[in-house]
Amino acid sequence: MIMGKNNMKIAVLSGKGGTGKTLVSVNLAAVAKKAIYIDCDVEEPNGHLFFKPDDKKEKEVYVLIPEVNNNLCNGCRKCVDFCRFNALAYIKNKLFVFEEICHSCGGCIMLCPQNALTEREKPIGKIIEGVSEEVYLYTGMLDPGEASGVPIIKELLEKNKSVSDRDIFIDCPPGSACVVMESIKDADYCILVAEPTVFGVHNLNMVYELVTLFKKPFGVILNKCMDERDPAEEFCIENKIKILGKIKFDKTLGKLNSEAQIAVRTNEKYKVIFTSLLETVKKEVRNETASDS
Amino acid sequence: MKIAMPMNEKKVESGVCMSFGRTPYFLVHDTETKENLFIENTAAKSTGGAGIKAAQIIVDNKAGVLLTPRCGENAAGVLENAGIKMYKTVGDSVVSNIEAYIAGKLSLLEDIHAGFHDHGKK
Repeated sequence: MIMGKNNMKIAVLSGKGGTGKTLVSVNLAAVAKKAIYIDCDVEEPNGHLFFKPDDKKEKEVYVLIPEVNNNLCNGCRKCVDFCRFNALAYIKNKLFVFEEICHSCGGCIMLCPQNALTEREKPIGKIIEGVSEEVYLYTGMLDPGEASGVPIIKELLEKNKSVSDRDIFIDCPPGSACVVMESIKDADYCILVAEPTVFGVHNLNMVYELVTLFKKPFGVILNKCMDERDPAEEFCIENKIKILGKIKFDKTLGKLNSEAQIAVRTNEKYKVIFTSLLETVKKEVRNETASDS
Repeated sequence: MKIAMPMNEKKVESGVCMSFGRTPYFLVHDTETKENLFIENTAAKSTGGAGIKAAQIIVDNKAGVLLTPRCGENAAGVLENAGIKMYKTVGDSVVSNIEAYIAGKLSLLEDIHAGFHDHGKK
């Protein structure tokens, strides 16, 4: 944690969708009460379906893409050769920009000797702010067909950088690609959610490798646990990974989820479970901070 | 006139490649001189936008038509703007596709796919 900052940033991630990232991050934020929940799963954000926030405010997110002035372009093709995403093509003495392919690096504009390229704002999605009881909500939504949600995630996290008294829970996209890296970059601690199957272990290993690479302190929550042997638990024991807690497979919880209810707000048992999980996580973060300094 | 085709290998017998944007080679056949020219598809290893770059290669090699089993929408956009017509190949034999094209037996490629850009993404 940064000096002078007394909140913690917890990122919740998993190797695939449907393991319980949203369940964990929504319920932890809800029991933490004065918290911030950030939905970085910009391709399919669903935390807002549970929180049903009031006082919603929307803001568009833009990226800068090149616009060509074909009167100035002399067809040197430096931009075409430079673009590693191949977002530019030169056909019949005319430069074409493929907007959806462009990753907004700005390289072509810098490179153009004729100054034929300029920047233009292009909307790619939005950020929706809202409040649910005492929880502040920030939801990122990427427009369908856009190349990358990274600019939205950057803006979501930048917005909450200066907040110093509320714990932040970041609901990450599934997997371990760029959008996930961006989501966990500034996190103080990562929670990996895992399923008790062989496939679950494969997915857990992906995010395990990622947080290890990023040198992030982390722990695992085993979700949908049954009374049978749990390959994900065995993986944790084998690799000496801290198990923060186990959530049992429970039809009541499944039903609450399918009705978009927040378990800790409607069910006493889950309020107890997640309150204790939150305590465990806080203790872990404190330990990590202490051992860092 | 020059006919372009995606190729699995640098020889005529290797057959038409199923992919356009990520085919390893292109064959450019000149109908007047009967010459065959093989071009490496430098777009094949691109992280993204392979179809656009591959289409640029076809344009730059001054092909008049492209014979291909399929083509994505971005590549099709480039080729259309360049006035290059696309025909759908039948089977994977290079020789019989060229013959079929010259005989007017190939139909225009109309089922342009929306691309495979989004799988396993990001």
